[in-house]
Amino acid sequence: MAESPARLLAKVLRWALGAALSVWLCGAQAAQVAPAVATAQTDQTAPAMSATQTAPATPDPALEKRVQQLAEELRCLVCQNQTIADSQAPLAVELKKQVYEQLARGQSNQDVIDFMVQRYGDFVRYRPPVKASTWLLWFGPFLLLALGLLALLLKLRQKPAAPAETLTAAELAHAAALLAGQSLPGESAPAVSIPSTA
Amino acid sequence: MKQRFILPLGIFLILLVFLGVGLRLKPQEIPSPFVGKAAPAFTLTQLEDAQKSFSPKDMQGQVWLLNVWASWCAPCRLELPALAALKQQSGVPIVGLNYTDKRESGNKWLKQHGNPYQLSVFDGDGHVGIDYGVYGVPETFVIDQQGRIRLKFAGPVTPEVIKDVLLPLIQELKRG
Repeated sequence: MAESPARLLAKVLRWALGAALSVWLCGAQAAQVAPAVATAQTDQTAPAMSATQTAPATPDPALEKRVQQLAEELRCLVCQNQTIADSQAPLAVELKKQVYEQLARGQSNQDVIDFMVQRYGDFVRYRPPVKASTWLLWFGPFLLLALGLLALLLKLRQKPAAPAETLTAAELAHAAALLAGQSLPGESAPAVSIPSTA
Repeated sequence: MKQRFILPLGIFLILLVFLGVGLRLKPQEIPSPFVGKAAPAFTLTQLEDAQKSFSPKDMQGQVWLLNVWASWCAPCRLELPALAALKQQSGVPIVGLNYTDKRESGNKWLKQHGNPYQLSVFDGDGHVGIDYGVYGVPETFVIDQQGRIRLKFAGPVTPEVIKDVLLPLIQELKRG
């Protein structure tokens, strides 16, 4: 049975909202798993980092926090879906050491990021920068969603559709006779008798 | 009737284009941001003789290759014959960068498996490697007469790579 455009639209909007929510949740979850794992490791990594440094022997919690935050923004080039905060690859450990040494020397967060990007390119930033070359990456999904909704709305506006064919008078009479349970001349009686609606 | 099929067909074709392009992309191969730029300067001691040092400006005026290797790296061993062949075919010197290795292990490895390098420099802590954007071993950089990096190739050098990528570039650079 044909649904009214309003109910159809409501169904579609609910579906679209669900889809958008799940996409957002997946993205948020992926971003949250990394920091969750990293904070769990902080207690183990903090003393290990100070032990291997020739820098200040007394651990500085503010500095370590900065290093951790920055490490979560940089991608491990070996295990490319992890940050250097999570990855145990030798290169990641070495890069984290670099971050620590540079911050200890007084470099700013931006200086460290620039250092890494200069050597490894934009890919080393775990969150892609929003530049002209990444607009499609960042806004593409929303663009597709908008286009899809637009197409749907346009399609809904086209209803109501006219019936496919109109029946001739003879066909109408035939249909009425069949519904009443009568047989037409030349045909045998219908096997099932349909009670006529009074 | 035909009109109803055009829209799904169109969307399908667009998807085909996206898939075709996407399948060709290799995101693990990180392009070097140094291509076209000056090779980062460094001064390191030589692997074979810790008293001597080497710096990229020593090679100014000729086309040369910088090959990053390590004794703990299996593909590096596999590419040694190809590197020797490349040196012979092109006449271009290859300088090795011994990356995060131990001196004794590096020297022993070269004696054991052959040494295609004009010389190797010792980068024990890997800092020069980081300066060059090295993220794996082996990697090979082609550097021109002005000291600019013209190509970075990640992975072991094979005869096909030599024929299709390295030799043509070297010849082009030598022509000036």
